[in-house]
Amino acid sequence: MKKTIITVVGKDTVGIIAKVCTYLADSQVNILDISQTIVSGFFNMMMIVDTTGMNKPHGDLADELEKLGEEIGVSIKCQKEEIFDKMHRI
Amino acid sequence: MINLFEVAETNKMIEEENLDVRTITLGISLLDCIDSDLEVLNKKIYDKIYNAAKDLVKTGEEISREFGIPIVNKRISVTPIALVGGAACKTVEDFASIAKTLDKVAHEVGVNFIGGYSALVSKGMTLADELLIRSIPLALSTTERVCSSVNVGSTKTGINMDAVKLMGEMIIQAAEYTKESDSLGCAKLVVFCNAPDDNPFMAGAFHGVTEADKIINVGVSGPGVVKTALEKVRGKNFEILCETIKKTAFKVTRVGQLVAQEASKRLGVPFGIVDLSLAPTPAIGDSVADILCEIGLEYAGAPGTTAALALLNDQVKKGGVMASSYVGGLSGAFIPVSEDQGMIDAVVAGALTLEKLEAMTCVCSVGLDMIAIPGDTKATTISGIIADEMAIGMINQKTTAVRIIPVIGKGVGETVEFGGLLGYAPIMPVNQFSCDAFVNRGGRIPAPIHSFKN
Repeated sequence: MKKTIITVVGKDTVGIIAKVCTYLADSQVNILDISQTIVSGFFNMMMIVDTTGMNKPHGDLADELEKLGEEIGVSIKCQKEEIFDKMHRI
Repeated sequence: MINLFEVAETNKMIEEENLDVRTITLGISLLDCIDSDLEVLNKKIYDKIYNAAKDLVKTGEEISREFGIPIVNKRISVTPIALVGGAACKTVEDFASIAKTLDKVAHEVGVNFIGGYSALVSKGMTLADELLIRSIPLALSTTERVCSSVNVGSTKTGINMDAVKLMGEMIIQAAEYTKESDSLGCAKLVVFCNAPDDNPFMAGAFHGVTEADKIINVGVSGPGVVKTALEKVRGKNFEILCETIKKTAFKVTRVGQLVAQEASKRLGVPFGIVDLSLAPTPAIGDSVADILCEIGLEYAGAPGTTAALALLNDQVKKGGVMASSYVGGLSGAFIPVSEDQGMIDAVVAGALTLEKLEAMTCVCSVGLDMIAIPGDTKATTISGIIADEMAIGMINQKTTAVRIIPVIGKGVGETVEFGGLLGYAPIMPVNQFSCDAFVNRGGRIPAPIHSFKN
């Protein structure tokens, strides 16, 4: 399993999760876990996804999600899990 | 499983606190390029570097995109050219032609610096070593991306004072040759004592003869991350202060380790070391001096600075060592003046002098770094400054270096602008008393005794 962390941060609005999930489904990316909070009107979401069956290179996923984020008005980052794992787990 | 807060912490470090991987440096041995025909030698050098490094920049960018961590520089270090060019080069111009080849291939593969226009002369100079050293001003003034370094001393051999004297003259000459661009040539020239073979940071990187054919070394950074972590423990005691630095250094270094392993895997080149240095940039919030202020000083240079820097340097190492499987290079806090806004502010405020900087270099890497001095400084005075710094390295069994820029046509009170990562610097006054007779003695300072340490 190749895990990737997607983070979405920005002003809350209708359909953020829907749009991100639709894009991920189209890209054959499986969502494993979603956690989400709203802090003083700011939408803060983290998704753990499995990119094993993904139909595009990782770099394209990151770029396209970033673009999608710009359309919705939020910031979307997409990073391989290892960077967090390395930093926070021994 | 990773949680939201951990992800947010990492991304805050990257986005707000300037956490980045400062450099992936590909070390390439050029020993197998040696040839007595200069033209053949240049071609072999070009081909070997091009083939080894053609995917370096692309791979660095891919890793950066996939993990969401900036990798600021992609660089190359090569075998000291004095060793490679010895058989073919009979004149200063011959050596400078190799510098041009290095510059050309650096442009071609897209790296921003290539290091290794170097000579290792800690005990004595061969004819080739001396020729290379004499060619440095020409090489630096006719190339853009080539960096040069000369190792003039070590704990095991003592200090080669003939080389120290020569380097004083070459620094002045390099400054003269590049006076149109504020003597920028000297910013790419380092004089070392105990130079490490696996340093990924410029301008002092070269690929030592003890190294494998190719190797990946990575330099991490993160002064801003340490500074932010320390903001949360203001007024707390030294135990808490040191623990905080250690934990932060661990996290920063783990990112370096990950990037180094990925780069090694993708390029098919063995992983060498992670360099644990805290390397500042002129960007706001990316300053080592600001960490010293956060520890409790009004400005870097105030009484207490050496102690604060000593503890910072030591804790960074303690935290970093566990985070990486191999640690090497310079590994410590850098204290360049022009590349660190907090250091510049300290100089402008009158808090930081050349003498205090020298004291600071006793407890951290790497030495007197990116310091602009008046253009009319005598060569012997520069040699004297180099000798002092080399002595600190030799006696304390550590790496020290001098990267000093006599800015031709400018004096104390003026400012020099190098641009980009090299930053800008106020010109600092230099002690005006003479050391001519000392520098002109010739010969070498013997290796120090390794017992009776006091």
